[in-house]
Amino acid sequence: MESLTLSDVEQKYYSELFIYCDTDNTKKVASNGRVLDLFRAAQLPSEVVLQITELCGATRLGYFGRSQFYIALKLIAIAQSGLPLRVESLNSVKDLPLPRFAVGKNEAEVRHTALYQDTDSQGMYPASGTAVIPRPPGRGYQNKKGPPSSTSLPVHEVVQPLAPTIESQPEPTSPVVSPHQSPPTSPHPWRKHKRQHSGGNADRQQVVAATGAVWTQFREPQTGPVSGDGMWSSHSPPLPSQESWVSFTADTPPSITLPAAHPSSVQESTTIRTVASAATTNEIQRQSSGYDDPWKITDEQRQYYINQFKTIQPDLTGFIPGSAAKEFFTKSKLPILELSHIWELSDFDKDGALTLDEFCAAFHLVVARKNGYDLPEKLPESLMPKLIDLDDSAEVPEPTADVGYSGSPVEVTPNKSPSMPSLNQAWPEMNQSNEQWETFSERSSSSQTLTQFDSNIAPADPDTAIVHPVAIRMTPSKIHMQEMELKRTSSDHNPTSPLLAKPPELSEEAKLPASMKFVAANTVGDGYSSSDSFTSDQEPITRQRSQSGTSPEALKVVAPPPPPPRPHPSHSRSSSLDMNRTFTAASATGQPQPSTTAYPPAVPPRPLPTQTSASHTGHRVEAEAVPGSVAVLTTTSPQQIPQQPNFADFSQFQAFAASEQPSSLPEVDKHCEAGQVDKTSEGAGPLRTVKSDGQADERPSTTVNSAKGSSGPLAPPPKPVRRRLKSEDELRPEDEQHGPQKSNVIAAVLATQPSIPRSLGKDKKAIQASIRRNKETNTVLARLNSELQQQLKDLLEERISLEVQLEQLRPFSHL
Amino acid sequence: MAVCIAVIAKQNYPLYIRSVPTQNELKFHYTVHTSLDVVEEKISAVGKSLGDQRELYLGLLYPTEDYKVYGYVTNSKVKFVIVVDSSNTSLRDNEIRSMFRKLHNSFTDVMCNPFHNPGDPIQSKTFDGIVSGMMVQTG
Repeated sequence: MESLTLSDVEQKYYSELFIYCDTDNTKKVASNGRVLDLFRAAQLPSEVVLQITELCGATRLGYFGRSQFYIALKLIAIAQSGLPLRVESLNSVKDLPLPRFAVGKNEAEVRHTALYQDTDSQGMYPASGTAVIPRPPGRGYQNKKGPPSSTSLPVHEVVQPLAPTIESQPEPTSPVVSPHQSPPTSPHPWRKHKRQHSGGNADRQQVVAATGAVWTQFREPQTGPVSGDGMWSSHSPPLPSQESWVSFTADTPPSITLPAAHPSSVQESTTIRTVASAATTNEIQRQSSGYDDPWKITDEQRQYYINQFKTIQPDLTGFIPGSAAKEFFTKSKLPILELSHIWELSDFDKDGALTLDEFCAAFHLVVARKNGYDLPEKLPESLMPKLIDLDDSAEVPEPTADVGYSGSPVEVTPNKSPSMPSLNQAWPEMNQSNEQWETFSERSSSSQTLTQFDSNIAPADPDTAIVHPVAIRMTPSKIHMQEMELKRTSSDHNPTSPLLAKPPELSEEAKLPASMKFVAANTVGDGYSSSDSFTSDQEPITRQRSQSGTSPEALKVVAPPPPPPRPHPSHSRSSSLDMNRTFTAASATGQPQPSTTAYPPAVPPRPLPTQTSASHTGHRVEAEAVPGSVAVLTTTSPQQIPQQPNFADFSQFQAFAASEQPSSLPEVDKHCEAGQVDKTSEGAGPLRTVKSDGQADERPSTTVNSAKGSSGPLAPPPKPVRRRLKSEDELRPEDEQHGPQKSNVIAAVLATQPSIPRSLGKDKKAIQASIRRNKETNTVLARLNSELQQQLKDLLEERISLEVQLEQLRPFSHL
Repeated sequence: MAVCIAVIAKQNYPLYIRSVPTQNELKFHYTVHTSLDVVEEKISAVGKSLGDQRELYLGLLYPTEDYKVYGYVTNSKVKFVIVVDSSNTSLRDNEIRSMFRKLHNSFTDVMCNPFHNPGDPIQSKTFDGIVSGMMVQTG
């Protein structure tokens, strides 16, 4: 025989048993008599018993020596836990519970174990031991004949109480109770006991657990023999609980006996407890505690299950395929039908494979079943695999985690403790609450994403006017938008500090009703740019998409409030956008003063306000030139028009303007040259134009039309053109009409625009040109992004449809 | 609500058959058996167009004076047959379809159970539960 290593507890336990069986005191036990009874009491099939005797070598020797006896006991324990009988498993199996024996023998053992639990051993051991031992057999017989149901109930009940107190103990095997019969009504008694046990003592539980059978016996006889029980716990602490039990279980007579038994047993049990060791008690407790919350998996158990899981599937996050699981569980020798049922219960997601949680649940159910507990109809909450996403409310509560693992069981158990039947009710509640939690968290997270967008927008890609304004737009706060604008602009046009200044100016503009439209348009543009920027990041894109859906609305919402956001985020459309940019540039230069100096977009502050259109630097690449503005531009053309990217139209304007009255030239000039704004009227003009740009959208004045007419040949991009036109027109009329208005406009414009000191004409021009180029690039890229986004969406849809088709076609392969 | 629900294997033997308890349950068995011919006929007919995925739901197989029989076949030639009381005219086609869908899903779950050997009678409690839910609630 291979060497057998026993824990202290086991050692003591086995020695006790040996002594018990060794009636002849010959240090070896015959193969019959007590030993056989003992083995029989282990509730194992006879062939298993034979196998055990064979394995331990008793058949070879013809008798059970001490070592053989110990081996046999250990094998019994192994067999009872449902593991295959193997010699090597003797030492390899960890956390093996003590072998359980049915009534009669059990009592003796139970007592021993109980004694183990009880650390206070009181020299009565020998006496009590002997005294006790003889008794159980008698009782055992009684039990067997006694009303099984009643006894079983009490047994369970007894067990229950113990269990709770033991709680901490893992419970690999069912308590001794099982031998009596599968506890049909176990849930109920469990429940009660649980309650009773609230104050139970750990030790007791072990005793109780072990002496489950014993109790039943005791019960019948009544409390009298209780004294014999002694096993009980001699602990005083248990006593109070006993009392509680007694009172509590008015309806459960059996339980009453328990308490009674306790006191009496106290005297004796203490003695018997000699061998008590924490480990054993733990084991027993484990066994019983598992049933308090009948399906709770203790840590030890879970650890054991995990180890078993590893033997099949080393990756703890992986799956055990059905076939492997089938082989594994078939070893437990449960009938296939029951295994099938266990599988149905434990394969939560019905995928034909077991995750770690599912495996533990299945294993636990197998263990329970082997110990005689009936399988539940539904998976108990504590065994449910913890699922992260709560999307299937129809299923049993997913969020309930395994008791052994998370704190949730704590919440669960209270629900369940009241009664097994209430479990089902508790589950839905738990589920719902969990679902609510889940959904709530999801919601909150989604809201967070929105806010995050805001923050992310700014630092986003500086090269692209990404700035997912969607989120920003969601917040109609003007300030927020302004901030975003600021960020955006800064990111967009780093070189142009004016931009930074622009937002405030723009905000001022925004105040003007006219600007609102502009802003709205800008926001739309922003939307584009933002969506474009998403291409770089899938997540934001998806989020953006969802948000973009709302963004238009948001935009609309935003629109009404003074839209501070800089219109230039995407100058895709309106020339005015560019204007804004230039304005911002101008403003960035830092002169919100109506001093006219600024407004970068304004016509270059060339000292020659009256250019006859010639020199548009024509950099308005963007054909945003408004025909009308051309005329205007012509006036301004001479100067810094080229500086303004948006001023392409100006060039056009200029072209037209050449033929036109340069009355608006000053304004055009302003447009043209962001940086070069003369402080003179030119500056004023540009300011006005700039401002009008800001407001451009809003004023499709007739003058525009006229301007358009003049600019016909230019055919600039519609929107920008329109804007320009408007601006131009506006400018023109403004110029013509209201001096004060103009000044106001100028002031506004200037305020909005980053005042670009025209002093540095050339620099300004260069800057403005670069700005313009950047803007153009930005808009182009923005458009490209949007198109790509669209393509991506289409492709994804195609892919989904293809996958669906594939799925449909796949079943054919089974035919 | 169905009066009888049956699951028939590929080889045309029943894997599961359950009827509303009446005096003469055998007649349901007989009805189901005879409906198999109709099922086969429908399968073979549609099989011509192999390119297309065959419709799983076969629809009304044949009506008798008392009952209507609906059929559904899976891609692995497992057939589901539902016998419905003719007097129960409130059942619409969609409902029958949904019943078959549920049956199919439960059947799949049963198949996923490694302890279940294909070809064995179905002894799953969950499957029983689903079927019970579909049967006519008598009394």
